[in-house]
Amino acid sequence: MTLRDYAIRYGFIVLLVGLIAYFAVAADGFASPQSAVFIFQSVAITGVLALGVTATLVVGGFDLSIGSVATSAMMAASYAMVVLEQNAIVAVIACLVIGVIVGLINGWLIVYMRVPDLLATLGMMFLLLGLQRIPTEGRSIATGMTMPDGSVANGKFSEAFLALGRHRIDFFVPNLIPVSVVVLVVLALLIWFFLEYTRFGRMMYAVGSNERAAELAGAPVKAYKIWAYVISGVFASIGGILLAARLGRGDIASGNNLLLDAVAAALIGYAVLGAAKPNAFGTAVGAVFVGVLLQGLTMMNAPYYTQDFVKGAVLVVALVFTFALSGRGKR
Amino acid sequence: MGADAVFHVEGLRKSFGQNEVLGGISLDLFAGEVTVLMGANGAGKSTLVKIVSGVYEHGAGSMRLAGKAFDPQTPAEAIRAGVVTVHQNINDGVVADLDVATNLTLDRLSGKGASLLFKPADVRAEARAVADRMGLAIDLKARVSDLSLADRQMVAIARAMAHRPKVLILDEPTSSLSSAEADRLFSLIDRLRGQGVAILYISHRMSDIRRLADRIVSMRDGVVSGIFDRKPLDYEGAVNAMLGRKIHLDRVVARSSARAVFSAEGLRLAQGSRPISMTLGAGEVVAITGLVGVGKTALAETLFGVRRPLAGTMHMDGKPYAPGSAREAIAAGVFLVAKDRAASGIVGGFNIERNISLPFLKRMSGFGVMRKRAERIAARRQIDELGIVCRSEKDELSALSGGNQQKVMVARWMSQASRLFILDEPFQGVDISARRDIAAKLRASADGRATLVFVTEIDEALETADRILVMSEHTIVGEHRNDDIDLDRLLAEVAGGPLHSAA
Repeated sequence: MTLRDYAIRYGFIVLLVGLIAYFAVAADGFASPQSAVFIFQSVAITGVLALGVTATLVVGGFDLSIGSVATSAMMAASYAMVVLEQNAIVAVIACLVIGVIVGLINGWLIVYMRVPDLLATLGMMFLLLGLQRIPTEGRSIATGMTMPDGSVANGKFSEAFLALGRHRIDFFVPNLIPVSVVVLVVLALLIWFFLEYTRFGRMMYAVGSNERAAELAGAPVKAYKIWAYVISGVFASIGGILLAARLGRGDIASGNNLLLDAVAAALIGYAVLGAAKPNAFGTAVGAVFVGVLLQGLTMMNAPYYTQDFVKGAVLVVALVFTFALSGRGKR
Repeated sequence: MGADAVFHVEGLRKSFGQNEVLGGISLDLFAGEVTVLMGANGAGKSTLVKIVSGVYEHGAGSMRLAGKAFDPQTPAEAIRAGVVTVHQNINDGVVADLDVATNLTLDRLSGKGASLLFKPADVRAEARAVADRMGLAIDLKARVSDLSLADRQMVAIARAMAHRPKVLILDEPTSSLSSAEADRLFSLIDRLRGQGVAILYISHRMSDIRRLADRIVSMRDGVVSGIFDRKPLDYEGAVNAMLGRKIHLDRVVARSSARAVFSAEGLRLAQGSRPISMTLGAGEVVAITGLVGVGKTALAETLFGVRRPLAGTMHMDGKPYAPGSAREAIAAGVFLVAKDRAASGIVGGFNIERNISLPFLKRMSGFGVMRKRAERIAARRQIDELGIVCRSEKDELSALSGGNQQKVMVARWMSQASRLFILDEPFQGVDISARRDIAAKLRASADGRATLVFVTEIDEALETADRILVMSEHTIVGEHRNDDIDLDRLLAEVAGGPLHSAA
């Protein structure tokens, strides 16, 4: 391998390790289990969303609706518990159903209505942004809120549901690892195994790389594409559940950055280990990378408004790694 | 005669790396004449067109236009000098989102002396003039994307003619037109011929050629292999010169088969074509040959379930066979190595092993999880059997030569047993040694299945098949056992004309 090959393959990992080393020295308290957990917790939700969008990238598509699916799921969970006074299980199921339905509609629009993926999911994004505000006429949902018809919503978030966002599991240190991080790790392993080791994942890559060849090899291409959007929708709704559990209310203003952060993580993933293609491991590393960067900058007292700039710069560098250096970038 | 030619090409050569594509082409075009250029795939037609239209630079040789040296560096220069080309892909010649009038005058919008402002009235007046000169009866305000293919083609040609060229090159202009649409194109060409334009017409369709040609020039392997300008034109001679006849050192020993595997009855591929009936036996290799565009790929896709026949039935091993998709065909044991491996075969992101296992993932997995060992073993066996030159089964396909890439495609479908094995142009873009390897492997493994190979080159059919069927106009017009073949009759059938002598 030439130096260039090494740069393409390990460049991003080296950058990540270097960044951690730098922050460990420069920022007090960065190198502690608590700090590491905080990083993971901060990227748990975007990480889950990014893993979902990775599935659509694998089949050569894209899903811009993940952010609004997540916030819609958050609002739905809040509505189910606070207004309809249902328990945690009903709330979770409602969210997952929303994810499946949105995924099916996205897939149907793209596969059967032939709407380009970016446009279909962009439309879905706007649709959901509006839809999630209709039941409460634009209000955030919290216990004791006044409904549009003047009644007061008396339901509250169940403890079991809140635990998803707030409970911490003992791991050497008491109360260390949040449930949301466990969810992220489990989902990452799941999608990684699915994409790398099952025939379905293999065929999804084939569909993304050469659709006609996949079809002539007997693959039901349309079904695979629709499945990819369903996976994306479900993962986004899981992200929404975690968000609701962390906030403990249906906050209309939250989740603005989810889409861009998740997409950035998935695209940074292209550059990890020189994969030059969407992959679950890369996406997870990409999410951690963004988390490390932001945590480090915060601890070094960098102003909050520089964060988006830094994220953007990292994304651009990662894309250059993928497309220019490896010379085979093709989505 | 060369003296009064409008366009004169002398000894033109062109190489890509070590590969010589044109080996000294000389060609004359005369005002008011349609010269048809014939040649099989890879004969060098498109390279010649690209040189003449200024896309490629040429090696040795020279070109003269109306007595002056002609050596365009860019397509724009060629057009300005008076040589205009309408390329095969119609949509390259028009801008779909603009209206007809703008398309007709598009080239005036840029370049020297173009006005800064877009003046709709001027554009329309100019477009009207162009359209009238061409006898074009199309609404100038219509958007090109709303037009039929034929109308777009007309617009593309009219746009080319707006430059008032001396030489017009048409590269397979009828390849996507219906016959009624083609008739309109032909009358336009007649009109241009009457105006004294020298036309170079590239086509495979014998019906077009019979209708239009004043002269025929045949190309083979980068050289002119025949010029036919005495009336009546010798069409069979032209086809013969294009396909050529070599001495065959490795002729096959034809086998015959007793047991039928596949049969088709009354299969109709296109509106108005005659039905096809055929039987393929176990252990035999059958080649179907014919010019480009006679429906070979359509037939291959019909057998593989990707395309529906207009009429007719098929049987596999005596049972009715009507596949609705590639998936169903594969399940029934019908495999297809599709034409054009880059577009419809190779999965770019996959290595050799994964490309080979692609259609059989289900058979190589348990509960959905891939059994990587089984996959690797299958790949290694195929690499061995077909002699694929590579470092390991983990090599990317982009690292392989064209011949080895094609071997991987064949290996993919030979890794499991089939009942009917179809290969559509398996030797395209394949070097001679890989071609021999593939053909030998096909014959050696043919026992127990029926093998059907679609090839344009007659040589390839002679080297691989026990039986050769000839296709023309979407139907089968001839059948030959591959020993002691009457090549004249075969060529006449390929050329699609009536037989001169009773065979």
